[in-house]
Amino acid sequence: MGLPLNNILQFNEIEDVAAVRWQERIGVKVDREKLTVNLTSEPELLPELCGWLFSELGYSLATLVAEERDPDWIIRYIFYGPLGAGQVHVTVRFRLLSTTVPSISRHIHAADWQEREIEDLFGLLFAGHPRLGDFVLHEEWPEGVNPMRASFDAGKPYPFKEAVPEWQPKRILEASGSFMMPVGPVYSDHAESAHFLLETVGEDVIRTIPRFFYKYRGVEKIAEGQLAERVVLLAERFSGTSAFAHSLAFCQAVEEIAGIDVLPRARALRVLLAELERLRHHVAAIAGICSSTALAVAAAQAHILEEELLRLTCRLTGHRYLFGLNIPGGLSCDLSDTRCTTISETLWELLGRLKDLHQMLRFTSSFLDRLEEVGTVSKEKAVSYGLVGPVARASGVSRDLREVQPYAGYGERLKFQVPREEEGDGYARLRVLFSEAEQSVNLIRQGSSSLPSGPVRKRIEMKAGVALGWVEAPMGAAFHWVHLDAKGTVERYRIMTPSFVNWHGFHLAAEDFAFQDFPIIMATFGLSNAECDR
Amino acid sequence: MTKWVWKGIRTGVKTTAYPRTQETAPGVSPGRPAGTRFPGEENSRAVARLCPTGALRSIKDEVLVDQEHCIHCFRCKRQDSVSNAWEEGFEWSEFTKEGCRLDRSFSRSLHIRTLDAGACGACMSEIRQITSPYYNIHRLGFFITPTPRTADILLVAGPLTEHMVDPLRKTHEAMPLPKKVIAVGTCALSGGLFETGFACRGGIGRTIPVDIRVPGCPPPPLAIVHALLLAAGKQIEAAGKERQ
Repeated sequence: MGLPLNNILQFNEIEDVAAVRWQERIGVKVDREKLTVNLTSEPELLPELCGWLFSELGYSLATLVAEERDPDWIIRYIFYGPLGAGQVHVTVRFRLLSTTVPSISRHIHAADWQEREIEDLFGLLFAGHPRLGDFVLHEEWPEGVNPMRASFDAGKPYPFKEAVPEWQPKRILEASGSFMMPVGPVYSDHAESAHFLLETVGEDVIRTIPRFFYKYRGVEKIAEGQLAERVVLLAERFSGTSAFAHSLAFCQAVEEIAGIDVLPRARALRVLLAELERLRHHVAAIAGICSSTALAVAAAQAHILEEELLRLTCRLTGHRYLFGLNIPGGLSCDLSDTRCTTISETLWELLGRLKDLHQMLRFTSSFLDRLEEVGTVSKEKAVSYGLVGPVARASGVSRDLREVQPYAGYGERLKFQVPREEEGDGYARLRVLFSEAEQSVNLIRQGSSSLPSGPVRKRIEMKAGVALGWVEAPMGAAFHWVHLDAKGTVERYRIMTPSFVNWHGFHLAAEDFAFQDFPIIMATFGLSNAECDR
Repeated sequence: MTKWVWKGIRTGVKTTAYPRTQETAPGVSPGRPAGTRFPGEENSRAVARLCPTGALRSIKDEVLVDQEHCIHCFRCKRQDSVSNAWEEGFEWSEFTKEGCRLDRSFSRSLHIRTLDAGACGACMSEIRQITSPYYNIHRLGFFITPTPRTADILLVAGPLTEHMVDPLRKTHEAMPLPKKVIAVGTCALSGGLFETGFACRGGIGRTIPVDIRVPGCPPPPLAIVHALLLAAGKQIEAAGKERQ
């Protein structure tokens, strides 16, 4: 991934190289305008083909989309590349009766959890996957009942099995004196519901086994059969702390299907609001890191900034968490130029205080001791787990969708840097958060000084089709894949979130570190379970 | 470490004076739709139809709002033609039919356990804010506790996912008597957008008894503080003092 490939050349070469390697066995269609290669393949070729895209061409796995289209299964493997390399969509199609596909997770470890999720929810088996079974649905859920199948009635409560009280997780560690420490699902002061099984010999955490999806609300399922204008509300409410980013990704997918270009003012305002959300998220994450190290004054300082940002957001848009703004076709209301300028002035002052806080933290040794060389994720591991967002950028992997796959108003004059650190420890993640917050303020200042005039909302004629929408959410790359019918009803909605991807790699950081570092490592990852569980 | 002490002192007091005086700083609350009278029946019906969750009901020329279902989507407000009225403020909490406050012995020391029953993160974030310097519930004698065994109040957010039913029941059982439950946010009250289905139970009220409802999507921190004041029986005296 780190190799500076000649990207444009690489994109054009895919067609030729694929044709030479696999000849007639795969179909290649190149859409140069959208910079997308569509490959259709037989299921047997999948591991080889996906492995080639990932290891040799340096593409990252965005998401797997399984869809039941009677009489076939369609699975799409979506990849995205560095700047100019666009996207590659690999599609396989096979009969509903056969329920086995070869697993690609041996070649691309990032697909591990995604395959487990599809197995649990659709009942598709991934041959060669080392660990399938209870994942999204816990033990109480009977095997063989798959809620994402079309035949499953999602409107009724499902009769669960009784939970087995003597249920024990599988233990790996057998050394004498070793034990398993359960944490969660109700733990800490305000933590989100999640469960961790920590295998330990007393001090060091040897293994971290996360048990998630306590908050599984079946968002992808309940979206089916609803109109896009209602599903956008779901898109912003499944993860409230990154509501704007996710609703933006959904709207972009719907707008792509309808074939409309969003008006310039809406595009510019979307950037402004997305950056405001990122800034607030990062300040909240910094507050979380300070509290996890029990540095009370610093945590209070960060909380003050967070609350001020929430109030600022409310004054600007009417809602503290940017709900109700994105709609397919633009924004639900316009924001006045003067207001945006005032806000950007206030943010400039706020950034000064944030920088002061950074400066003070940099010279607080008791704080640094808890972060430096703690929770380290190497660059190799970050690539192989396909980590995204600030976590990946702290490990030297800087693939930011705003830069490599520009959307909304990004890539139009706006200048920003993607910060990158090499150490991969907790302190590197903190520094990335501070630098990104600064970049966000810069983007808001640039955006608010040159807002195009005009309306922000365009009428949208719904069409049938499929499209992918993507954003760089505060926590990293998010992909929303939408399939609409002619009336604008959602047939399939797939959400891939940065928290899902990064939680997969979380154990890398938590293992081999002391017990008391666990909450700190968790805070430096700054992930959301609502976003992961959906 | 002295630099942090000085930093704290130099920052000064940020905390709101609520409930002694009303908080009016802009941005503390997003407000919410209010019942509105429209010129003509067709207008009120048109506005009620805009609501995606059925929180608005039109009776003749009037629109009534069921706050338990409102998800603050602004669709009834951001309208070109006729739009619904929007009310300011945040004192939205109220007792349920069965709910009542704790007795006086809790008025200076009330311990709170929060539980996330599938919340989107916004409610959890607002609950987190009540301990931050701007709201600082400690001054009111409210404390957050990590264990339900020492908690008097359970703050629950989220539509109650299937996987959280058991943890919620067990947490509630583990609390000593007397205990009160506060349902925070539209999801915890009615399920909001997540409704009732295979994954969600449509609010927590059918699983454990709820004493105080806090509507909102998400309810602002002061609405949650208001609910706590109600539970501790402090709101009655506070409201009487300055708001005549």
